[in-house]
Amino acid sequence: MVMTPDAEGSTLQLRDVRKSFPDPGDPVNRRLVLSGIAVSLAAGELVSLIGPSGCGKSTLLRLIAGLETPDSGELLIGSEAIRRPSAERGLVFQDPNLFPWLTVRRNIEVGLVARGLLQEKKTEVDEFMRLVELEAFANAFPHHLSGGMAQRVALARALINHPKVLLLDEPLGALDAFTRMRMQDEVLRLWSARRSTTLLVTHDIDEAIYMSDRIIIMTPRPGRIDQIILVHLGRPRHRSNPEFLQLRGEILELLHFAGGERMKSGKAHAPIM
Amino acid sequence: MIVRNGDEATAVISPPKPPPVSVAASLRTLSIFAGSVALALVVHLIVARNEPPLEMRFYTIFLGSVLLIAVITAPAQILWARLRQFRQNLHPILTAAAFLLCLWEIITSGVRLLPLPYFPSPAKVLHSLITDRMLLFDSTWHSLLLLLSGYALGVIAGLITGLCIGWSPPVRYWGMPLLKVVGPIPATAWIPLAMVVSPSTMFSAVALIALAVWFPVTMLTASGISNTRASYLDVARTLGAGRGYLIFRVAVPAALPNIFIGLFMGLGASFLTLVVAETVGVKSGLGWYVSWAQGWAEYGKVFAALVIMAGFFSTIMTVLFKVRDRMLVWQKGVIKW
Repeated sequence: MVMTPDAEGSTLQLRDVRKSFPDPGDPVNRRLVLSGIAVSLAAGELVSLIGPSGCGKSTLLRLIAGLETPDSGELLIGSEAIRRPSAERGLVFQDPNLFPWLTVRRNIEVGLVARGLLQEKKTEVDEFMRLVELEAFANAFPHHLSGGMAQRVALARALINHPKVLLLDEPLGALDAFTRMRMQDEVLRLWSARRSTTLLVTHDIDEAIYMSDRIIIMTPRPGRIDQIILVHLGRPRHRSNPEFLQLRGEILELLHFAGGERMKSGKAHAPIM
Repeated sequence: MIVRNGDEATAVISPPKPPPVSVAASLRTLSIFAGSVALALVVHLIVARNEPPLEMRFYTIFLGSVLLIAVITAPAQILWARLRQFRQNLHPILTAAAFLLCLWEIITSGVRLLPLPYFPSPAKVLHSLITDRMLLFDSTWHSLLLLLSGYALGVIAGLITGLCIGWSPPVRYWGMPLLKVVGPIPATAWIPLAMVVSPSTMFSAVALIALAVWFPVTMLTASGISNTRASYLDVARTLGAGRGYLIFRVAVPAALPNIFIGLFMGLGASFLTLVVAETVGVKSGLGWYVSWAQGWAEYGKVFAALVIMAGFFSTIMTVLFKVRDRMLVWQKGVIKW
């Protein structure tokens, strides 16, 4: 766990959070999506959330963003309860969701315009354009950007609000392998510069180990926290370091994706992943 | 497309330059055009011998000047590449227009295939157009005033109701059925009622045009607003956007392509309603002019007014297209126009 005194982030506490949705196929019972979610993130910590699809990872992020309200339980930023969406909790989706009618620069300015701070913080826009290396594309419209560039704009747009908590919902999921690894470094660079408390949803175990301080592994239907793994590697990390690979093996074992067992016991399956 | 530092946004969407046109190819097409105009002139001079010379004068001058321009620009385009490009693009259509005028004259004044006086020759139409220009200009001006006031009123009302219905579920619940039942009634069907109820025909004409515009604008605005991608709204909320921002800076721009479809549909409906209102009630404007000229059996003037209408309505349509191109510049490259 990394703690820095100058972190912009704030602690995030989830206490016994439970969430269900109406089931379209069953008018009586609701479908339970998350149950008994309890975890605390320290200020400036980067935590990954992995688990099979349908385990409520995205719902959990939407709860923290304030876009959904829990059935029960508490979500706290510092000592304040989360009630509605706010600029202090930035959210970046797998689809960059840039506004196609705004240029790159105007997209990055959205948070400032929405809060009426554009005049005051005009210089900060330039700073963020530089930070994500997109000055050359200031006046381009989003459909001219590649997937990686668009996602950098989305990151800059979220970061310009100096969020206390940054929620990343598989932001690199749609990128090709090389762009993805470059973007992992990019996100780490931005994170270490600002130290927003960051919760990263991912499907990629390597990405989780490479980036995070801790990894939360979830089980599906309803989503519960299965294990929390402390990544005790120093930074910057190396993807082929023996310790890295050992941790990777352990996590694969936990998720039953290691492969060897099934082969040995004679119940060979086609690989799932 | 790669955008380099300092390029304006407009540079990003500039279309690829067409290949340069060779002088020889351009000369060939130019001579075809000049030839077709010359043909029209010769046909006209032959046909005009049987017609009153005073009415033929303007058309002779017109064809003569076009021929002159065609002949002058032929050598000029050798030196001026842009003129060459321009003429090359317009050539087939201009040549076809010259042939069509020629054909029109042969059918009407030439062999008198169509009954007179209902189908006058182009020479006669041009004559009416020029001799009656003051009244035509005045009529066009009145039509413009009526159209713009009705259209503006309808658009404003349509945007407001469309926004309310599209954004607010309760307004949608009550408003949508009303809209679906009342909206499709053609505005012109209200004319008998409007004549009785309203204080002046001018007032009722404005109201009718506004009504005709209001329906499509409301419908398309409402559907555009309510179909705003939920994730755009979610993103804006997490960036600190309040309700005003969500409506006017997210939902409205997202709905703008739809809104413009409504504006175009409304414009078409407003033309129709304008002409009908002017024909049956209002005592000015191009619609009134057509029925008045028809009453005097002056079909040259009827056609002159139709020519003016074609130019008038298509100009307004073009203006709306230009506005859309400016406001939806971000769509270039996203969709096919």
